[in-house]
Amino acid sequence: MTLLLEMRGITKEFPGVKALDQVNLQVREGEIHAICGENGAGKSTLMKVLSGVYPVGSYDGEIHYDGHLAEFKTLRDSEERGIVIIHQELALVPQLSIAENIFLGNERQTGGVIQWQETFRRTEELLAKVGLRDAPGTLVDSIGVGKQQLVEIAKALSKDVKLLILDEPTAALQENDSRKLLDLMLELKAQGVTCIIISHKLNEVRYVADTVTVIRDGMAVSELDASQGLSEDRIVRDMVGRDMSQRYPDRNRRAGEVVMAVKDWNVWHPEHAERQVIKNISFNVRAGEVVGIAGVMGSGRTELAMSIFGQSWGRGISGEVSLHGKPIDVSKVDRAIDAGLAYVTEDRKSLGLILDESIRFNTTLANLNGVSDKGVLNEAEETDVAERYRKALATRTPTVMQKVGNLSGGNQQKVVLAKWLFTEPEVLILDEPTRGIDVGAKYEIYSIINELSAQGKAVVMISSEMPELLGMCDRIYVMNEGAFVGELSAEEASQERIMSLIVSE
Amino acid sequence: MSTHTAETAGQPESQGLKHYLRNHMREYGLLFALIAIMVFFQAVTGGTLLRPVNITNLFLQNSYVIIMALGMLIVIVSGNIDLSVGSVLGFIGALAAVMIVHWGWSVPLTIITCLIVGGLIGAAQGYWVAYWSIPSFIVTLAGMLVFRGASLWLLQGQSVGPFPPGFQMLSTGFVPDLFPAAMTAGLAEIAGSRNFNLLAMAVGIIAAVAIVWLGLRERARDKAYGIEGEPANFFWVRNAIVCGALLFLTYKIATFRGLPNVLVTMGVLIIIYAFITQKTVIGRRIYALGGNRKAAKLSGIKTERLTFLAFVNMGVLAALAGLVFAARLNTATPKAGFGMELDVIAAVFIGGASMAGGSGKIVGAVVGAFIMGVMNNGMSIMGIGIDYQQMIKGLVLLAAVIFDVYNKSKQG
Repeated sequence: MTLLLEMRGITKEFPGVKALDQVNLQVREGEIHAICGENGAGKSTLMKVLSGVYPVGSYDGEIHYDGHLAEFKTLRDSEERGIVIIHQELALVPQLSIAENIFLGNERQTGGVIQWQETFRRTEELLAKVGLRDAPGTLVDSIGVGKQQLVEIAKALSKDVKLLILDEPTAALQENDSRKLLDLMLELKAQGVTCIIISHKLNEVRYVADTVTVIRDGMAVSELDASQGLSEDRIVRDMVGRDMSQRYPDRNRRAGEVVMAVKDWNVWHPEHAERQVIKNISFNVRAGEVVGIAGVMGSGRTELAMSIFGQSWGRGISGEVSLHGKPIDVSKVDRAIDAGLAYVTEDRKSLGLILDESIRFNTTLANLNGVSDKGVLNEAEETDVAERYRKALATRTPTVMQKVGNLSGGNQQKVVLAKWLFTEPEVLILDEPTRGIDVGAKYEIYSIINELSAQGKAVVMISSEMPELLGMCDRIYVMNEGAFVGELSAEEASQERIMSLIVSE
Repeated sequence: MSTHTAETAGQPESQGLKHYLRNHMREYGLLFALIAIMVFFQAVTGGTLLRPVNITNLFLQNSYVIIMALGMLIVIVSGNIDLSVGSVLGFIGALAAVMIVHWGWSVPLTIITCLIVGGLIGAAQGYWVAYWSIPSFIVTLAGMLVFRGASLWLLQGQSVGPFPPGFQMLSTGFVPDLFPAAMTAGLAEIAGSRNFNLLAMAVGIIAAVAIVWLGLRERARDKAYGIEGEPANFFWVRNAIVCGALLFLTYKIATFRGLPNVLVTMGVLIIIYAFITQKTVIGRRIYALGGNRKAAKLSGIKTERLTFLAFVNMGVLAALAGLVFAARLNTATPKAGFGMELDVIAAVFIGGASMAGGSGKIVGAVVGAFIMGVMNNGMSIMGIGIDYQQMIKGLVLLAAVIFDVYNKSKQG
């Protein structure tokens, strides 16, 4: 096969940082090429160089595309040549319809007047191609994330895409939507579209990729050919630069007394009062135990956690939460914290951290009384506390006065954990604790979780990644459509068992 | 790529001063802007700007804007805005006039009642913002119209005055010198002025010493924790300028009539609010609320109550400003405070607060108010018409915010 794209010796420097160092990338026509690498390895920078976000001249090296030397000055230049990037954060306007979004900036028009009939007709064709059956006039707001992703792809197709680049396309998708998307990629490949996929999820990479390029610290360290078989361990080893025979640290299973018990928990939707989101759930977690909650996205896992934690979600909440056998008041967040609960949110940027403030500011935020006297803060003590957790969790930062917005995902997550550990909770509810974190940092987070349970804390872990639950939990509750449909011990649990419990309902 | 920035951003000495200056451009820029503006007007007004009587006037003229800017900073940091403060100022002035002049209430009773009414007004507006999530822009826009109308109604369209001397003291009174006349007379001779208020000078000296001492203590602490603070030469130059200016101003004031009462009120309030915002739990929570409301709420912070209290506080300060303003004019007019909310808001934004909430400092807001005040005063002395004055002030506000945004984009 001929090469569609060849990037030769790409070097891109930012003040003080060499983000890319002599990177070579070869993409053959009609293949699916995966780029793997830890957060910060340089994947997105490479794609920005390719698409003209970093214009020609701002980097060293050459790009050959479709038989010519490519010198893109803007994103538009590369789009005109058929290169389309779909970013991690979707770039759709929620208040506009599917059709309007697809032709946004590329409207079907005559003299500035939009040709609605043609727009809708073309949209229907495009939606058929990506397997969506929604009407072109549907507001993007009202369809799920999975479908929005497909709309993005339809939008790319509308531009006569030759090289489609997907940056972490399945990060926000649940299992079956991910699968649909990957199948669509294979279909597009059959139609002759070349794809580059950037992904953390190695099972997905194995599923679709013909070739894998691994990038580490701004350098392309290996190119692997799928026809010779792809081993996940090999990819992981190349990504982190060391042998990671184990992706989950060993843990001693030693569950003690029941710490928290939730009984007959019921929650209704805050806007649609007739919709019961959590149905009669009861569960418990013991001292030193890590309990998992498995389930697809939308099964109500986050809603369960947030409704327990100070009724932060939902209405008409009923049920009882008890700690060491005594009922506790969790009706307000501060009361839940005082009672000994901590909740690490799923979305650390919008719900967990104040990005413009320092590590110190964020670390003490949930327990300011612990660093103050009669309402007056003791900043020296705050620094002490922040330093203590920086060392304990090995947060990589020059000082605790660093803005958390400047930290990598893994280090940000450590700051969130530090914040909650400082409240000295007995029960930690972790909602997707490793989302968007690279492999090396995940291992560190797992080790921290193990250490906490070894100290006797009760941990509830919610995750969409089943291998993670299987690797970490002593017990797993399976959740589907707002109810618990099964409970598995670590020995019984397997991906197949969990899926079959979800499907059988 | 964020890992790289985090790991390289803190290379301490290597990039040193330049790096530090780039990250703190805003704070130094603000200070130098104020000094530059003062030097400029001092020159073009032929020395009138910094004459003792004019300095005293500057403080009196701007006191109400500064008092309200303290509350406005908190409201803006919490992620809201209050457009009603000009109208509330006018309304409270009118209320005080009616109470004293028409109803014959005593001065202390009037003052206390007015402050309570101000708090209630703030509560009435804050309630909708905090507990009903109605945008503060809309609630306080309504408040602005309501209280503008209410002052007209209270005063029946007339000016009401004058106030008894006790009430006027709020604004035009001076703190008497505590030192014996013999001492001050000698100093007056040296200074070449009619009198010399040693108390004012002493307060200035104590304040200067306190500023340096607190700064040094903070530095020692940071150093003990290895936190990279302000470089030593920056620290000393900045303190020399601040203390020099402070001593110069108090010296000038001392050669006139001493400390105006309102300057003392203002000074005490500035210290209290700077302390609350920077050093207390409630202050920290307000920044967290403005920085990320959802994250703050999930950290156990009572966001609704804090928002509510921010507006109550604003109402009380607007009431106090209303009393000071009425006392200064010695009459309550239906037009009092018209458009003043814009001066207050402008001062806070010039002082570096962000519209999105979560950032801004009391000191910044005060300096911002003085920048506006000195420009008003200087341009008036020069005889520049109100038309040009407004245009220039508008452009200065825009320039300050552009400078801010530009700096942020540079920092990346």
